Amino acid sequence: MSELYAILFTVAFIVLIAGLGRKIVQYHKIPAPLKIPVTPAPITKSGVYFRLAKEVILFSSLFRSNKWTWLFGWMFHMSLFIIIVYHLRYFMSEVPAWIVWLQSVGKYAAFTMLIGLAGLMVRRIAVPRIRHISAPSDYLWLVLLFIIGLSGVMMRFVTHTDIVQLKAWAMGLTVFDWQPLPMDGPLLIHLASVAILMILLPFSKLLHIPGVFFAPTRNQVDNPREARHVSAWALELDAEKNKAQP
Amino acid sequence: MADFDTPKFREYPIVPQIKTGAMDGTSPFVSRPEFDNQLGYPGQLPEDWKEKVLDKMSDLLSRYRSLQVFMDACMKCGACTDKCHYFIGTEDPNNMPVGRQDLLRKVYRRYFTFAGKYFPKLVGAVDLTEEVIDTWYSYYHQCSECRRCAVFCPMGIDTAEITMAAREILAHAGKASKYSNEIITKVFRIGNNLGLPGPALEGILEDLEEEVEEDTGIAVKYNMDVEGCDALLVTPSADFFAEPHIDGLIGYGKVLHEAGITWTVSSKASEAANFGLFIGSYENMQKISMRIREAAIDLKVKRIIFGECGHAWRVAYSFLNTLAGPFDFLDQNYPIPQHILEVTHGLIQEDKIRFNKEENDHMTLTFHDSCNVARGSRMGDHPGGQFDIPRAVIRAACNNYVDMDPSTTHDATFCCGGGGGTLTDDLMELRVKGALPRMEALKAVEQEHGVTNIAAICAICKSQFTKTLPYYGFEMDAIVSVHQLVSNAIVMKGSEQEAELDGTEDSENKDDE
Repeated sequence: MSELYAILFTVAFIVLIAGLGRKIVQYHKIPAPLKIPVTPAPITKSGVYFRLAKEVILFSSLFRSNKWTWLFGWMFHMSLFIIIVYHLRYFMSEVPAWIVWLQSVGKYAAFTMLIGLAGLMVRRIAVPRIRHISAPSDYLWLVLLFIIGLSGVMMRFVTHTDIVQLKAWAMGLTVFDWQPLPMDGPLLIHLASVAILMILLPFSKLLHIPGVFFAPTRNQVDNPREARHVSAWALELDAEKNKAQP
Repeated sequence: MADFDTPKFREYPIVPQIKTGAMDGTSPFVSRPEFDNQLGYPGQLPEDWKEKVLDKMSDLLSRYRSLQVFMDACMKCGACTDKCHYFIGTEDPNNMPVGRQDLLRKVYRRYFTFAGKYFPKLVGAVDLTEEVIDTWYSYYHQCSECRRCAVFCPMGIDTAEITMAAREILAHAGKASKYSNEIITKVFRIGNNLGLPGPALEGILEDLEEEVEEDTGIAVKYNMDVEGCDALLVTPSADFFAEPHIDGLIGYGKVLHEAGITWTVSSKASEAANFGLFIGSYENMQKISMRIREAAIDLKVKRIIFGECGHAWRVAYSFLNTLAGPFDFLDQNYPIPQHILEVTHGLIQEDKIRFNKEENDHMTLTFHDSCNVARGSRMGDHPGGQFDIPRAVIRAACNNYVDMDPSTTHDATFCCGGGGGTLTDDLMELRVKGALPRMEALKAVEQEHGVTNIAAICAICKSQFTKTLPYYGFEMDAIVSVHQLVSNAIVMKGSEQEAELDGTEDSENKDDE
């Protein structure tokens, strides 16, 4: 069983990195032939970084759109982010002090994550407009994330798992040295659902994670009159090649 | 008036409940092969249409990063669901931005993603059928490409990009809208959307010269095809033809005269609008744009100035340099292209124009931010100039001005309901219903502040409001051009208006006119 989980995680990690990498390369390669920032837009590159940072860190457009969705969505994402960061300790022999500190505060983020997910689920079911646009997978993602959070909470606050052995297993993964895994129900559920999430991420709507950085509507500088912007394929068009010259 | 009910003003603008299928089958007339062929489309459903559609989709996905990212990145959060004026007016869930996007996304998932190929039900993927094509044709022509949804989407997904792609795909399956395609052929054949030939334009411009001279005592020139002027004026052809557009054109002429800028229109490029944008065709948009480059070269001008037109200004500001540039043969001291409002605003700041604001005292004005100017372009040198400059010009020319509810202005402005290729009589129901949010905001300022008129800087907004204002109990001529207000109030040097104001000797015989 330990080996099975080790193989599962190794595969999940490879699929996640390769899958995400493939999409990022794809997004990067496809040209944006026209300047289409949603205006008012920044007129400098640093302004664009600021705009993207506001979107990614604060979800500023979502805040403008809908306060409830923002509240639950932001709670969920920020909590998950904190949780992922302090989970790094399972892959480090020396744990930096700030991660220890982050965990001491951040372990409660599991609760805000679960509240956020529950709020998003209630919205998805209760608001007819959102129910109308939801496919089964939209609910299942929330369920999967909820299972991950809940099994984590179980281990942290109820049925403490053998954390030393778990860390040995996790550290072993990074060097393909497979160590035994504690055979606890919540841990096995937790790890299996995380692996499923990692494997499915590059093939799902979770592609909004790289996507948010690639939307030309947000990442372009508003300077079309000052700098001519032309894509490679547009340079090959007849009209471009044969245009009138003074 | 028509076989549908004009929506009632809502007491509180709450989000409507969804009415599935409310606008099913509402579609513009389908184009004819004679038009389509000229634009590079087959004109009828090809036998291997399914393959053609998927090929075109694949082609566009590989050429437009926006389309590829937007197909993948939606997580169905629902933030956009109440943002579209057509959804608010029609209550049809396919008019929610995500609903509209999903019509294409479901097919994308089925044929281009792992999950949709093997687990279509799970991710809501559907097969491509003729019914799907019909649904696309209907709902992708119920979008005005106004980008309001993109402002509110946490991922920046712009439904306009998806609508354009869908229309381009449909055109390759022989299902394009007659309105847009017929008009583009007129632009290629005659030079403008309305199909006004050169001699007719010349006659109109001569009449304008006479009219302005009679009114002001000054011989303001309205040139056509005159070589060697400072500027080429590119303006929507409605400016030559219809109220209140033509009053705006009169205003441009007065401002440019007062600034000492000589200018001409071109019979070949006698249209600012570029319907290539509406149909999502880079190639056609580029061909239309090239007329302007050619006219500028032929007429040996130093500057290009655009008149009041919303989508035209988006294409001009954001795309003209890309499509028909570089414009290194023009005077680099001026923005290329420049908006007429940038010219007027600059002159106001330099104190080079004099106004008698009382000429507009019979009106209390508000300003409708045109969607494509607001969210797809800029004016001046700072972000948001597209909001400040028109307002500054109106305030300079008028005493009475109030803004509408801020949730309906600036980058949150609502489309007039007729943009993006929907300004056709066969979509009248959609246009009237889509105008609802703007009409509500107008009603509110009418009641609270006694607003009498709404000013706009887009030929489509002006035409759309002329048609739809009466449905909501307003006068059709409540819509005015911004440069109409300028024209009313401007006091040109040496004009009869100046004499009257300053009380020089020949002011006495003014009253007999």
